[in-house]
Amino acid sequence: MVTTFHYLMLSAALFTIGVIGVLTRRNIMVILMSIELMMNAVNINLIAFGDRLQQVSGQVFAIFVITVAAAEAAVGLGIVIAMFKNKETMNINEIDLMKW
Amino acid sequence: MLELVLFYIFAAMAVVSAILVITSKNVVHSAAFLGGTLFAVAGIFLTLHAEFLAGVQVIVYVGGILVLFVFVIMLISVERAEHERQYHRQWMIALITSAILIVEIAYGLYKGRDSFVLPPAVIPPAVPAAGNSELVGTALYTTYLLPFEIASILLLVAVVGAVVLAKKKTPAEE
Repeated sequence: MVTTFHYLMLSAALFTIGVIGVLTRRNIMVILMSIELMMNAVNINLIAFGDRLQQVSGQVFAIFVITVAAAEAAVGLGIVIAMFKNKETMNINEIDLMKW
Repeated sequence: MLELVLFYIFAAMAVVSAILVITSKNVVHSAAFLGGTLFAVAGIFLTLHAEFLAGVQVIVYVGGILVLFVFVIMLISVERAEHERQYHRQWMIALITSAILIVEIAYGLYKGRDSFVLPPAVIPPAVPAAGNSELVGTALYTTYLLPFEIASILLLVAVVGAVVLAKKKTPAEE
């Protein structure tokens, strides 16, 4: 029997992997992908509780999360391209235009 | 029983490809494994009776966002990044912090797992009278109409912003 606990544990694992990716990698593309992983973990949580409570709200909120993820990816990748045109790098240690 | 087997297959697929996403050297491989994770999560959605969301996951995430990622990777050079150091110097601290995070979440969930077991569902968990897409659509266009419209404005703003960020400067602007 698959319980909500199982889904929450899976979601926690995916979220932590995303956090590790953001904190340790230096490639900006991988960091953006890790953020997508974390959003997926949140979606699993929302839908698991929606299924448990027999309500459709969880799924509606998951749709909103997917919308925000799409917007975030579009803007994030736009920034990456703009950055790459200025400084030919994907390494976040070299992207320090706003640091002083 | 079948449910449990399916859950474990999809969960293992999701976690393994997620780990490969953050460990592979080549960004293209990362993107491919991200696709694996997204498909596995769509399978998880199916086991949760969220068929519409599973479809949206495949169409929007794999068909939209992932393709966008691959296009951007295509535009920027991959070779150079492959030969650089892949991890921050702070990776040890990051790993320890993340380990604390997962232990904390897992402990909390394990302690409170009985509170997830609600009294037997009010509606029998079998297929409801209306289909899943119909239920989601009804909720989206009635109760959540305003958030839905705000979400579309957010998308519009994001698209315009992305175009402005990525476009070449015209001579007049320089």
